[in-house]
Amino acid sequence: MEGLLALASGVLYAAGTYLMLRRRLAQLIVGLGLLSNGTNLLIFTAGGLTRARPPVVAAGAAALEPPYADPVPQALVLTAIVIGFGLTAFSLVLAHRVHATAGTDDVDDVGRER
Amino acid sequence: MLSPFVVAILAAWLVSRFPHRAGILAAWPALLAVLLGNEMWRAVSLGGRLVELPWAPSLGLSLSFNLDGLGLLFAILITGIGALIVLYASRYLEGHPQAGRFYASLFAFMGAMLGVVLSDNVLTLFVFWELTGFTSFLLIGFEHERAAARAAAIQALIVTGAGGLALLGAGVLLIDVSGTASLSAMVAAKGSIVTGPFYGAIVGLILLAAFTKSAQVPFHFWLPNAMEAPTPVSAYLHSATMVKAGVYLIARMTPLMGSTPEWTTAVTVAGAATMVVGAYRSVQETDLKRILAYSTLSALGVMTMLLGVGTREAIIAALVYLVAHAGYKGALFLVAGAIDHEAGTRDISALAGLRRAMPITALAGGAAALSMAGVPLTFGFVGKDGAYEALLHGTDWFPWLLALMVLASILLGLAGLIAGVLPFRGDVARAKEVHEPAWALWIPPLVLAMCGLLAGLVPSILNGPLSSAATATAGVSVDVSLSLWHGLTLTFLLSLLTLAAVAFASMVHESVRTRTWKPRYGTEDLYEGALSGLNALSGAIAPALHSAPLRTYVMVIVAMSAVLGGAALVAEGSLGSALPHTNITPHDVLIVFVIIGGAIAATFARSTMSAVLSLGTVGYGVAMIFLSFGAPDLAMTQFSVETLTVLIYVLVFRHFRGLGPLSPGLVRVRDGLVALGSGLVIGGLLLSVATTETAPRLKEYFAEFGPTLGHGRNIVNVILVDFRAFDTLGEITVLATAALGVRGLLRFATDGRRGHESVRPVASPIFRTAARLLMPLILVFAVFLLLRGHNQPGGGFVGGLVAAAAFALYAIAFGVQRARQALLVRPLTLLGAGLSIALLSGVPAVLRGQPFLTALWAPGSLPLGTPAAFDVGVFLVVAGVVLMMIFSLAEES
Repeated sequence: MEGLLALASGVLYAAGTYLMLRRRLAQLIVGLGLLSNGTNLLIFTAGGLTRARPPVVAAGAAALEPPYADPVPQALVLTAIVIGFGLTAFSLVLAHRVHATAGTDDVDDVGRER
Repeated sequence: MLSPFVVAILAAWLVSRFPHRAGILAAWPALLAVLLGNEMWRAVSLGGRLVELPWAPSLGLSLSFNLDGLGLLFAILITGIGALIVLYASRYLEGHPQAGRFYASLFAFMGAMLGVVLSDNVLTLFVFWELTGFTSFLLIGFEHERAAARAAAIQALIVTGAGGLALLGAGVLLIDVSGTASLSAMVAAKGSIVTGPFYGAIVGLILLAAFTKSAQVPFHFWLPNAMEAPTPVSAYLHSATMVKAGVYLIARMTPLMGSTPEWTTAVTVAGAATMVVGAYRSVQETDLKRILAYSTLSALGVMTMLLGVGTREAIIAALVYLVAHAGYKGALFLVAGAIDHEAGTRDISALAGLRRAMPITALAGGAAALSMAGVPLTFGFVGKDGAYEALLHGTDWFPWLLALMVLASILLGLAGLIAGVLPFRGDVARAKEVHEPAWALWIPPLVLAMCGLLAGLVPSILNGPLSSAATATAGVSVDVSLSLWHGLTLTFLLSLLTLAAVAFASMVHESVRTRTWKPRYGTEDLYEGALSGLNALSGAIAPALHSAPLRTYVMVIVAMSAVLGGAALVAEGSLGSALPHTNITPHDVLIVFVIIGGAIAATFARSTMSAVLSLGTVGYGVAMIFLSFGAPDLAMTQFSVETLTVLIYVLVFRHFRGLGPLSPGLVRVRDGLVALGSGLVIGGLLLSVATTETAPRLKEYFAEFGPTLGHGRNIVNVILVDFRAFDTLGEITVLATAALGVRGLLRFATDGRRGHESVRPVASPIFRTAARLLMPLILVFAVFLLLRGHNQPGGGFVGGLVAAAAFALYAIAFGVQRARQALLVRPLTLLGAGLSIALLSGVPAVLRGQPFLTALWAPGSLPLGTPAAFDVGVFLVVAGVVLMMIFSLAEES
């Protein structure tokens, strides 16, 4: 399974990087979104996969009974997801403003005398 | 010792408060001079003493000061002359709007200079050394509105700063070789240094530092240019103190290196060359300060040369010359400043007959000029006489040096007369009314000049301090006994010869000035050439490196990382060594293919909407993965975020056109290859990491203490709101900032007006009814998620997202206005309240003396505690952030 997720993560990175290298503002941001998904998957997988119980102690039990999924990468990824949302939203609006002000969605044309 | 730094800070304030009382500041250096003088007498009887304060002990850096004769001699000159300079400046710069800045720099310089001459630690010495360079940069460029002053300041900074770096290099090598940073301890380790492998380099670096600071040939050009400084600065820095730091360094290193041929040759030759060049150029100038600057060069050359010769007599002569020069040159500079201040010019061809108008200044100038010319009964005579005597009693090339020195002395004597006597002689040819300046402008030069006369009459009063300074310089006990009259010796005859030549030259000084050969090119042109060459070089390189669009940098960085990372992975060779150990189920394969398919579709999408939907597919796929591998919290959060993200994408992307390719095909192929490379490396990296067994200590720690210390059974939530609450606080702050940024960007576009709704609500009655019914249910579910989050999957993050989704749904059905009304408060209020609650939840712990955000729980079975409040804060912030973004976007015209 790690191999499959490594493949998925690699494809997300490749696609994200390719889009980040484009000239269209919209593609830049889609690329950013793919990269951030790829990174979340990367951290989650790197922390170790367990097809077992989530790290939630059963009612009445004193402690987690192994095997259970590692809560640490989960906590990291959870905040990363939410922060990624903020980042995406901000970049979107920024791109939108650039587009509206410069009248083009081609970054090479932004700021060019027209 | 470091008190001038304190005074520097105070001075700026005091002078702006009492602009006409700046002279009082002079009291402090005067007091210091007295204290140091007292210390000097102790040093005469006891030898030097060390004072040490630790500074950064781990770096071997300590503020250790060595109060020996050499350092104290310099320190007394620095504070004594400093007091006079401050007094002088109080009148010279009276009413100057930026006088505070001047005094602050001046006192900081004074402190740095004291640090230089008293430091025993070679690294501390370096720090103070560079500090003198920096403060002198500020002082030379004091009148920074003038381009010439700026250029001179920068030139001085570059030249002496480069020397400072050389000093640092020498210091590091010295510490490496000798094993100590203490200068006095290095003398004891002399043998290992001199025979050590780096000795040549050390000598070169030390001399580079000393020669640049003391403006020795070929680095002499900066000193005359530095005359752009206000005259008190020139008098202080460029005659009496800073330029002598180089001489000080040479003297300080003499016990260590003085006996080796590399040292003596280099020092003597550079000194002699500077002596001749400076004296020669000084008589060609017409500007009083430039005359004095070149003659200062020459005098520095004399001292350097004598220290290079290094016999006992030569060392004594160098020190006597140093003291004498500080006195007369300081006086002459101050006289020049007084003339400039009163007559409005420093050009000697425009000055004459000022003796009637300025009799006291004339007296000071004349006395100083006599000392400079070396007329008997002045201290200048004692200095020059001693130098002749030292050079006479030697072998080898000493006679040549003596001849050069006589020549230089003649020219110097002439320069002294030009600067100190000529402006006062002759008929009054000026129409402008000139009169004696205020007392603060003539007392300091007169005191300095009179000191020269007094010491010349009774030179023996300086025997004690000079003995102890010479002892420190020579490294062996030296007894100085100066006397007025040595008898009718060859030295005396040479002195008389010099004086006669000076007298003759002064009669023909006009032709000396105008008819002598002036070099057209100097080392300054080399400096300028090197500098403009560097500028041209960076001008040629920089565009090649910095002209590309941002994505080219991204591409280069990604490509390099892929190559390096790939090489490391290949070298590691661990790929596939440990086989993946989690089994694969068919539906996992399906999910992974959905993710991959979504990514590929997003990459090649031709319309913005298909790109967004593909991206959403990827997000949901990742959420499914989270769900499959024991992370329901992540899955819930990801599902909510993905839904809201798609909403925001749609709101923005409706403004964009299609996504047809812009770059040529070849560029796309290249980018594709780079992207594939990065994907390969990331995949390989992940495979290598995920299949490596790690010790899950953190996992076990949190699993064990989550329920007990954290009072929660959902360990992920406990980590977020308790163990790592401070991180979470930072994260919600970032979120809030992003939301405010979005709001600001959109408001900026509409000039703050709230735009009309540009998205029409969905007019379907079925949808509206569903939305009306669903919204309260979703809200209840959001609160439920929040409340159970500590023990079951859920929590503030996902709760906030779901709550925001409820209002978003309502807005889609009924429009933003109605949604805002349903929300009752503004999103901004939610955001602020959430942040405040999260912050306040950390305060009780502080009140009880525990770290901020430490969890506190109420006793009893109810889960009431600060982490619960914190999670409520997170909930409100997330909801506020999302709603603020969506509402602003939907209302944007």
